[in-house]
Amino acid sequence: MSVHLYELPLIFVLVGLVFYVVLAGADFGAGIWQLLAGRGERGARIRDHAHESISPVWEANHVWLIFVLTVTWTAYPIAFGSIASTLSIPLFIAAIGIVLRGAAYALRSGAASVREQGPIDTVFAVSSILTPFALGTMVGAIAARRVPVGNAAGNLISSWTGPTSILIGVLALATSAYLAAVFLAADAARLGERDLQASFRTRALTAGLIAGTIALAGLVVLHADVHPLYHRLLHSDALAALIISILAGAFTLELVRRQRFETARYSAALAVAAVVAGWALAQNPVLLRGLTVREAAAPHDTLVVVIVAVLGGAVILFPSLALLFRLVLRGQLDHGETLAPPAPMIGMLLSASAPGLLARAAAACLLAGFGFLTLAEAGWAHAIGVFALFGFMVCGFLADIPSQLAPFDRD
Amino acid sequence: MKPVHQAYLLQARQMQALSFSVHIPLVCFGIAFPAMILFVEWLYLRSGDDLYRTIARRWTRVMAALFAIGVITGTILSFEMGLLWPAFTSTFGSVFGLGFAIEGFSFFMEAIFIGIYIYGWDRLSPKAHFLSGIPIAFAGATGSLMVISVNAWMNHPSGFRLLDGKAVDVHPLTALFANSFLWPELVHMYIAGYIVAGFLLAGAYAIGRLRKYPIPPTRYERTALAIPLTIAALASPVQILVGDWAARDVATAQPIKLAAIEGLANTTKGASEHLLGWYTQGQVKYGIAIPKLLSLLAFHNPNAVVKGLDTVPADRQPPVNVVRISFQLMVVIGTLLALLGVVYLFVRIRRKRLPESLWFYRALAVAGPASVVALIAGWVTTEVGRQPWVVYKVMLTNEAVTGAGGIPVGYATLVLVYIGVGIGVAWILRRLARMPMDLPGAGGGLSDAERPSGVV
Ligand code: HDD
Ligand code: HEM
Ligand code: HEM
Repeated sequence: MSVHLYELPLIFVLVGLVFYVVLAGADFGAGIWQLLAGRGERGARIRDHAHESISPVWEANHVWLIFVLTVTWTAYPIAFGSIASTLSIPLFIAAIGIVLRGAAYALRSGAASVREQGPIDTVFAVSSILTPFALGTMVGAIAARRVPVGNAAGNLISSWTGPTSILIGVLALATSAYLAAVFLAADAARLGERDLQASFRTRALTAGLIAGTIALAGLVVLHADVHPLYHRLLHSDALAALIISILAGAFTLELVRRQRFETARYSAALAVAAVVAGWALAQNPVLLRGLTVREAAAPHDTLVVVIVAVLGGAVILFPSLALLFRLVLRGQLDHGETLAPPAPMIGMLLSASAPGLLARAAAACLLAGFGFLTLAEAGWAHAIGVFALFGFMVCGFLADIPSQLAPFDRD
Repeated sequence: MKPVHQAYLLQARQMQALSFSVHIPLVCFGIAFPAMILFVEWLYLRSGDDLYRTIARRWTRVMAALFAIGVITGTILSFEMGLLWPAFTSTFGSVFGLGFAIEGFSFFMEAIFIGIYIYGWDRLSPKAHFLSGIPIAFAGATGSLMVISVNAWMNHPSGFRLLDGKAVDVHPLTALFANSFLWPELVHMYIAGYIVAGFLLAGAYAIGRLRKYPIPPTRYERTALAIPLTIAALASPVQILVGDWAARDVATAQPIKLAAIEGLANTTKGASEHLLGWYTQGQVKYGIAIPKLLSLLAFHNPNAVVKGLDTVPADRQPPVNVVRISFQLMVVIGTLLALLGVVYLFVRIRRKRLPESLWFYRALAVAGPASVVALIAGWVTTEVGRQPWVVYKVMLTNEAVTGAGGIPVGYATLVLVYIGVGIGVAWILRRLARMPMDLPGAGGGLSDAERPSGVV
């Protein structure tokens, strides 16, 4: 099996999708558990735990979706346009869900009382259900080949309300809830919150069983709704992925039962990744109805630069993500006790003579900027002019600010 | 993709415009706020003075809230590329998409390090914490570069050939980055970010100062006002020079947009510039004409020929008054802001203190919202001035639009949701402003008179 150039960006997209399902899925799931937390003090603790666990990471996790969108529309533009127009309704629902969810998240930090938090948590939870379900129905619509090529060429309603769509929408919810419970149990264990750990362990086991049942029942739905996909799933490389997924899922449940939450995080992720891989293998080389991956792909040069850009970006991205998650897992971004303040270093900020010099430099830069940017015509002169104007702003700022802030100004 | 008939093209355009108008002011904070906060934190590290720490921490909370809203409004924009303009994305995604794909990585950096920065106060060593903020400021710059490269390409497209409605011979790097139009647009927007964030922030403290007058401002209030104000005061005169540069680029690359900006119906040698007025029946009525100024400004030659709207058929001309009035609004506001900045700098240099006149603070309170108006007006000039093209002289906006129905429903929903989000943001900003000060070691508790009454 060899990978063609035109398939490589699709692999990136699928990898991004796995990250999105696992990481953002767990964030959505946290919202679902907030809804099911129940009343009283215990419910409030569960909600707070769910909120605090995802706080430092949800924005980064969300960007995986942006990654999936942008790489798709660059590398497979015709597919993107067809999907987004035919499936505009679930896409719009997902968008609104994302807006409400992000806004609720941002507002919660300002809520002073439990009474204020209540409605915010409800919006958060409801949108946490809306978004993964809507996105799941879109995946289902693509898998069921209900998205033809063209500008809104498919049916705007029935394309995403078929059995496969509903199945994958529900599966997305169950998976999210399951992943979240595993992750939250792990976080509770790290924080030493025994009762929360136990609650989320129970939730993880329940949700895991439900998700597994839906996934297996889903084969029946596929059999009836998209027989070609079902057939390929069981009679191609996809079968291996399917088996890995089932094993990883069962293994995760066992790990959760034994309270080995940290390892369970990874095996749960593996189970999800295997499902996505299985879907891709079973559907390959068809991207949409009447459109193969090869036909959908952008011209050669675009593919090359996208691949280079993604690989280059990954070199920066993965170490940064690793840093974030390491800090989170070590508890270094938790709420809690503070470090000792640093020893003061230097009393004076800038020496007293510097401002005069800087002010003159600023004036010179402004003059140069005017000359090079406004009077001159050549491109290189404009470049110098822009730098001179930035020089003016920086020098001017440094000249002005210290006198305002110098220690003698203390009252 | 074949063009479709879309009965609600206008609503689609308004929906796009609404989404931008909500996103772009937030983006200004994404551009400028990290750098400002880092500067204050640097002051703290150098001096050990807790005042700076307090300012930086309080601003961090505001940044966190605005960033979250920036993320979601930006996500809406990404979705709209497919929801509203699928034919545009299908046809040209291979040309411009790279810009957004790279931007995705700068969003990653921004989101990752903002998570570390916000939650790392107190938990990381001071130096590590400071360092974790640097990628945020950097990503704000690269993020703008990437989006603006797409917009500059739409205004001045190159790097592909069109064959049977398909883009072939695509060279994405040339299309996005070898484009002369990009640089003035980028610099102008980047500086606008500092102007908008600077004046809005300073304006918040100005309102606080007016409210508690005649009680003199505390050192906290003076410092928190001076830093953003100095930045905005320095940036706003520069913006005039950069705007003029942008205008000269428009003159060569998009003569019709320039004609719309100036209300120039016929190609004219030694064209005059009209201030104010209303464009009707091929001329500017009630305006003040300054002979030959337009030719001089646009081409540095008082007798240069300036192309008029008549060089293209009527259905290829943008709506003149929308473009013209937005442009004039931007320029008038920009000039006033620069004036305010110069007054401030003058007082600082001559008197070595902050201005004391209440009128100065009243003007400052207005300057923030006014700069947002200039920002939106500038984008209206750019975007509406490009109409009816979505990709200038290549694809019409009505060829780009989706064939899906329901645009009015989506538009109405989005309006309602954004109203709700707007109320929420206003609420949280007030909340954050009223949070009690923590000035540890600042000589015991604060007296009531010292309690900051500013908005932040
Ligand atoms: C705080 C905001 C602000 C202020 C004070 C100004 N501008 Fe501006 N202007 C923008 C914010 C802006 C913008 C929103 O950022 C735009 C939209 C597209 C762009 O690149 O920048 C813009 C666009 C824009 C364009 C159109 C460029 C195009 O179509 O690509 C021109 C010709 C100018 N500006 C000129 C000016 C002049 C001569 C100003 C002097 C007073 C000025 N602007 C002040
Ligand atoms: C990339 C796909 C884009 C499409 C399809 C698009 C299309 C449009 C359309 C159709 C409008 C409405 C114009 C009108 O009302 O007549 C609009 C407005 C606007 N666009 Fe673009 N645009 C795109 C990219 C951008 C980018 C990259 C920027 C900024 C970097 C931008 C900034 C704006 C702004 C600020 C408005 C608001 C104008 C107003 O308030 O009326 N656009 N856009
Ligand atoms: C077609 C136009 C645009 C699209 C599709 C778009 C998309 C997005 C998206 C998806 C995000 C969220 C990133 C995240 O998840 O962290 C975002 C945020 C951001 N966008 Fe935009 N955007 C557009 C216009 C602009 C413009 C005109 C600018 C400014 C030059 C800009 C600069 C930023 C910045 C700096 C952020 C970071 C968030 C913040 O600090 O508030 N974007 N944008």
